[in-house]
Amino acid sequence: MIFLNQILQGVLLGGYYALIACGLSFMFGVMGVINLAHGSLAVLAAYALYVLADRFGVQPFLGLAMIAPAMALVGWALQRLVLERSVRGGLLAPVLATFGLSIIIDNLLFQRFGADTRSLGPYVGDLSYDSWSLTDEIAIGKLAALTMAVAIVLLGGIQIFLNRTLTGRAIRATAEDPDTAGLVGVNARRINAIAAAIALATVAVAGAFLGMRATFDPYAGATQLIFAFEASVIGGAGSLWGTLVGGIVLGVAQSLGALVNPQGFFIAGHFAFLVVLFARLFFGDLGQRIRTALAGGRRR
Amino acid sequence: MSPGAAAVERWTPESRVAIAAAAVIVAVLAAGPAIFSANAVDKLTTLFIYIILALMWNALVGFCGLVSIGQQAFFGLGAYAAIRLANWGVSVYPSLFLGALIVGALSWPLSIVMLRLKGGEFAIGMWVVAELAHMLVNLDTLVRGETGISMIELDAYASGSRRALTYWCALAAMAGLLAVVFGLLRGPLGAAIRAIRDNEEAAESVGVRVAGAKRLVFTLAAFGAALAGALWVATALTFQPKAYFSPLWTAYMIFMALVGGLGTFEGAILGAVIFFAIEAWFGAMGVWYLVGLGATALVFALFFPRGFWGWVEDRTSLRLLPIGYRLRIAKLNGAAHGADGAEYGRDNMG
Repeated sequence: MIFLNQILQGVLLGGYYALIACGLSFMFGVMGVINLAHGSLAVLAAYALYVLADRFGVQPFLGLAMIAPAMALVGWALQRLVLERSVRGGLLAPVLATFGLSIIIDNLLFQRFGADTRSLGPYVGDLSYDSWSLTDEIAIGKLAALTMAVAIVLLGGIQIFLNRTLTGRAIRATAEDPDTAGLVGVNARRINAIAAAIALATVAVAGAFLGMRATFDPYAGATQLIFAFEASVIGGAGSLWGTLVGGIVLGVAQSLGALVNPQGFFIAGHFAFLVVLFARLFFGDLGQRIRTALAGGRRR
Repeated sequence: MSPGAAAVERWTPESRVAIAAAAVIVAVLAAGPAIFSANAVDKLTTLFIYIILALMWNALVGFCGLVSIGQQAFFGLGAYAAIRLANWGVSVYPSLFLGALIVGALSWPLSIVMLRLKGGEFAIGMWVVAELAHMLVNLDTLVRGETGISMIELDAYASGSRRALTYWCALAAMAGLLAVVFGLLRGPLGAAIRAIRDNEEAAESVGVRVAGAKRLVFTLAAFGAALAGALWVATALTFQPKAYFSPLWTAYMIFMALVGGLGTFEGAILGAVIFFAIEAWFGAMGVWYLVGLGATALVFALFFPRGFWGWVEDRTSLRLLPIGYRLRIAKLNGAAHGADGAEYGRDNMG
């Protein structure tokens, strides 16, 4: 029974990982850039929500309505000022530039807020600890369920946006081949900036849930980046629904690992990531094959 | 053009002087503990370790095009291996080198998996490896979790002789690794790995054994970082997993290689000296110092990707420790003219 509970909690935890991985995966899929400041930006958003709640009494969900657009602007600026320039400098420059940026963000947050851990939990009432009991041993946290629901809605929303809207199609075309997209009148510069803005808006959402479900400190970004990265690689980098699968695999591995050893939570997650990498060595990209098979099946 | 009008040049007069000067400097440094104050000896030991770190990261990134954010994995494992071996009764100073060798050997199979990843994926993938290594080391009861442990075996030495021995080990490690990397880069492997960095597919198509060359550099870089970590433990005396497995080490490596000049041999040394000076002047500023390091890395990555030494190379024909090939084209009457001759193996970033 305890086993079943851990798996269930792991699946729900996967919802959060899908949320944090979504922006990273989206940016990688569209621009081919892995943003190493991703985790730090999520923590930055969490701090912004914390300041709004603590100083001005703005409830975090309401605050998100302000912070998500603000982060989208940050994304726009990030693309225009840093990523666009660094991509021209070759493959190494974006990695180095965004890593430098993450160091700046982390330490400025430390300078401003100190080493104390913060949480948005106290500002969302009983949501942070309330749960529905299924049996004596199994309970579903309301916040965890909400996180999962938001992850599904967000991933689904982006999918519909990419498939149904003109801008969405332009983003897909740019991801596929920016030069050819340019030939048919797509402004790749503008499209990439829009994609970065969307990615960072999702980072704001992830930051909100990061703050509500646990505590965070100025240097929490590195761990968030690693979890996001693991989820997106396990799910197949650049694939949206893959990040949900990857997040769930990561969450389940971690919560089962936690049963074995206090450090097992992290160890099992990292192992799951390496095992998937290793499996790809021998069996090819399984996720890719499943997707191709599914797509083929649908066509017939 | 008549035969013999053009010649490939590998040494220049300045570079012969530079090599001779380097040999003299190392010889003088070897007498360091007898000449310098205890404080200066400690400082120089630190500088030697920084040079090893910069050299190794530069070899990995600047020459092979493999950005890793996880080199702290090897730095920490090297330190841990030294502690572990010393605890098992291996003599302290040999254990520093033996531990690094073991970590280097372990990195070989790891390279087979990790080198499947490209670009940013490789970068963070290595970070995951570092986190995993950190957690696994914490499982060893000897380390006592994040509390850490002192290298008590070092207490067997008087502080003066310990300082001198650690200094000599660091100097020998630095000089040895500099010589190995210089030799490798001048040899056929050097041409191969720079070809890989510039265009992997093209390199493969002209017969470069891409996978083997990358693996060799990866393993060498792991060994070097592990040796640096072991030497760091010998100077710091204590091992706390969190401090050794911190990505800050990689941030330092990036800073040194990037500011000095990615992909230039001299740049790694210059970068380590610059970083050493900056740390001495601004290290006490704490958080703002780190913000400054991050900002400098960002600015260099965006605007000066070739660093200081790259700037020097672009504007002058100065090559102190040449690893490339230069074509000197003589005029028909035989007079040499080729300072600006076409140059091969020039280290362009991407």
